[in-house]
Amino acid sequence: MENALGQPQTIVLIGGTSDIGLAIVRRLLNPTTTSVVLACRDVERGERAATGLRHRDLSVDVVHFEATETAAHEAFARSLSEKYGDIDVAIIAFGLLGDGSVTSVDPEAAVEIADVNFTGVVSCTIAIANEMRQQGHGSIVMLSSVAGERVRRVNPVYGGTKAGIDGFAQGLGDVIAADGVHMLIVRPGFVESAMTTGHEPAPFATTPEKVADATAKALRARRRTVWVPGILRYVFSVLRHLPGAVWRRLPLG
Amino acid sequence: MPRPSRARLWGWGRTNPTVAEAVTVDAGSLAATLKEAGPRGVLARGLGRSYGDAAQNGGGLVLRLTSGAGDITLDTVGGKVTVGAGVNLDELLRVIVPRGFFVPVTPGTRFVTIGGAIASDIHGKNHHVDGSLGAHVEAITLMLADGSTTTVAPDRNPALFWATVGGMGLTGVMIDATIRLLPIETSRMRVDTSRVADLDALLATMSSDDDDNARYSVAWIDLVAKGRNLGRSVLSRGDHARFTELDAAAAVSPFAYGPHQLVAVPPVVPPIGVLNHASIAAFNEFWFRRAPVRRVGEIQGIAAFFHPLDFVGSWNRLYGSRGMLQYQFVVPFGEEQAMRTVVERLSASGAPSFLAVLKRFGAANPAPLSFPRAGWTLALDLPGASHGLGDLLHGLDKVVLDAGGRHYFAKDAHMTPDAVRRGYPRLDEWKAVRHEVDPHGVWQSDLGRRLGLL
Repeated sequence: MENALGQPQTIVLIGGTSDIGLAIVRRLLNPTTTSVVLACRDVERGERAATGLRHRDLSVDVVHFEATETAAHEAFARSLSEKYGDIDVAIIAFGLLGDGSVTSVDPEAAVEIADVNFTGVVSCTIAIANEMRQQGHGSIVMLSSVAGERVRRVNPVYGGTKAGIDGFAQGLGDVIAADGVHMLIVRPGFVESAMTTGHEPAPFATTPEKVADATAKALRARRRTVWVPGILRYVFSVLRHLPGAVWRRLPLG
Repeated sequence: MPRPSRARLWGWGRTNPTVAEAVTVDAGSLAATLKEAGPRGVLARGLGRSYGDAAQNGGGLVLRLTSGAGDITLDTVGGKVTVGAGVNLDELLRVIVPRGFFVPVTPGTRFVTIGGAIASDIHGKNHHVDGSLGAHVEAITLMLADGSTTTVAPDRNPALFWATVGGMGLTGVMIDATIRLLPIETSRMRVDTSRVADLDALLATMSSDDDDNARYSVAWIDLVAKGRNLGRSVLSRGDHARFTELDAAAAVSPFAYGPHQLVAVPPVVPPIGVLNHASIAAFNEFWFRRAPVRRVGEIQGIAAFFHPLDFVGSWNRLYGSRGMLQYQFVVPFGEEQAMRTVVERLSASGAPSFLAVLKRFGAANPAPLSFPRAGWTLALDLPGASHGLGDLLHGLDKVVLDAGGRHYFAKDAHMTPDAVRRGYPRLDEWKAVRHEVDPHGVWQSDLGRRLGLL
C-alpha cells in the first residue's frame, strides 16, 4: 500500500534488466519501500542489477519470467501477491528491438518480436491488472514508445507492436480505473540505453534517468500518458497527421 | 439486506484512496453481511475523518453502521450514555448538552463516530487531566469475526477491551458503547488566552502547576515563523463555565447549544490548492496577532472552543488534488530537545504548516495501541504537494523514534512498519489478542496492511 506521498512499498519490474525499467525503480525507491522484484529472462543479469539496488531495509528478489510462456503468467502474478502482499507499482518494461531490415522480410523473426512485445505484454499486463483489481489500488507503468505513434519504415514490426500495446493499455486503463488501478503509458523518444547501443540517436534523444523522472512525476499526478521529452507530444501530433506521401519522403530512417 | 456497491474511499487528507465494496447496514443485518467477506476482509468505517488510510479497505468490504435518534440512551442519574457506534459526536452533543452533560473527551471535530473515536482512542485538550476516551468507556458491545456478539469492559475480558480501544477497528465491529459523561452547569466555556513568545517559554508555562488546574489546555503554535519568533504560540486554557459565571442574557438559557456550519468549501478547488506558503504564513501571522496578549475569563461557546474548524465544511478541499497530511507524534517528558529539533526543522524546511497544535499529555492507559503517553504531542497539517516532504518526514520520524516517541495511527499516512514496531513495543501483545478472536483475518484495513498490523 503506497502512502499519502505516493511512495510505493512494493515495486515489480517485469523486464528486470531493462535500463529504463531499472532507472524508474531507482527513482521510485524511498525509505518506505520494502520489496523490489525484478522479473526477467536472464536471471544472472538480473542478479547483477539487484546487487546495485539492495540495502539493509530493502529486499530485492530476482525471479525468472518468460514473456512467451503466457500460460504461466497468471500463476506468476498470483505468486507475487502471495509472497509480497499488495503490489503498488508494476513496470512493464520488456521488449525486443530486432533488426528492422530482417524482421520486415522474415516472418519467423517478426513473429518472435511480436510474441514478446505484444502477446507477452498483453498477457502479463492483464494478469498483473487482475491482482491489482483485487486489491483495489495499484499503478501499472506501460513502457510504450513514440515508435508506435507513427510507425517508421526502419522497423515496422517493433513500431507495430508498440502501437499495439499502447492502444491496448489505453483501453485496459479505462477498464481498471473503476477498480482503483491506475495505468500510466510512457512514450519515450530515442533513449540512449543498452537496447539502442550502436544505433544513431534520433532527434530529441533522452536518457533512462530522464524517462524515470518524468514517469515518477506522472505517477504522482496520476496522469494517463507521459511523453519524454514532453515536446515529442507535439512533434508526433504533427507527424501522425502528415499525408503518407510526405511522411515517406522524410529522412527519418 | 442492502447490496454493497463499489466506492472509492478516501481519508480526510484526500491522499491515497482505494476502491472497496461499501455497504450501509444496521446492527441486525451485520452478522449476515460478514458472511460475504472475501479474502480482503471487512472493516467498519465511520465518517472517514482519520487523515490517512485507517478507514479504507481496498478490494474488501467496508461497512457503515446506520444510526438514529433511538441509538442514544441517556442515563441522567448514573451520568452515562449508551450510544450506537455509528452515532457521531455532533448528534450526541445535541442530545446530552441540553440535559446538562458533556462528552468526557472530544477531538477537534465533532464529526467523528463513537466507533471511530474508540477505535482511535481519541484524546482532547483535557488529556493531561482526564486521559483519552478509553478511560471513560464502561463497556463495548462487539461483533466478532465469527458473527457472535460479546460485551467487553475493563473488568470483563479486559485484554480484548483494551485491544479494541485504539485497535483501529481490527478486533471487531463495535455495535454500541456505554460511556461515562461529564456533568456541566452550562453550555459555555470560560477561557483564558495568552500569547507565548517562543517554544521554550511555552513548554515551561505548560509544565507549571497551572496546567493541571485547567481542565482544558492547548497551544496553537506557528511553525512557519523563523528566528526569534520560532515557536511563538497562543496558549488557550479553559473549563466549562459555572452558572454563576454567565451574564444575565446567557443565564436565560444556560444549556443552549445548536452549532451551525457557517460556510462550506465547494468541490471545485484549483488542483494546486489555495493553501500554500504565502497564504499559510499570512494566516498564522493573523492568528497570532488577533490573540490577546493576555485575556482571562472570556465566555465562549462549545463549538468555538472545541471545534472551530467545523464552522467551515469540507475545509480539506482547500489543499487541492494532492491533499494534505497530518503529522502527529508524542515524545516523552525529558525529550524536549527532540521537540525543539522537530520545530526547528519544520520551520527551516519552508514546508508550510497551518496552525500546529502542541499539548501536554498525561499518563497512558493500558491499551497496547493507544497513542497518548506522558509527554509532549505536536500535530500539524502539511500540503501533500510540499516539495521534499518525504525526506523531511522520514528525518522527523527518526528524531521522534530515537527519543522514544511514536506516531498516531488515526492521523498517519506516511510511516513504516519499522516505525510502528519501535513506537509501539506492545504490538505483538496486541496481535496475539487479535489473532485469538480473528484467526482468519476477517478484519483488515489499508492501514493495517501498510503498517504490518495484520
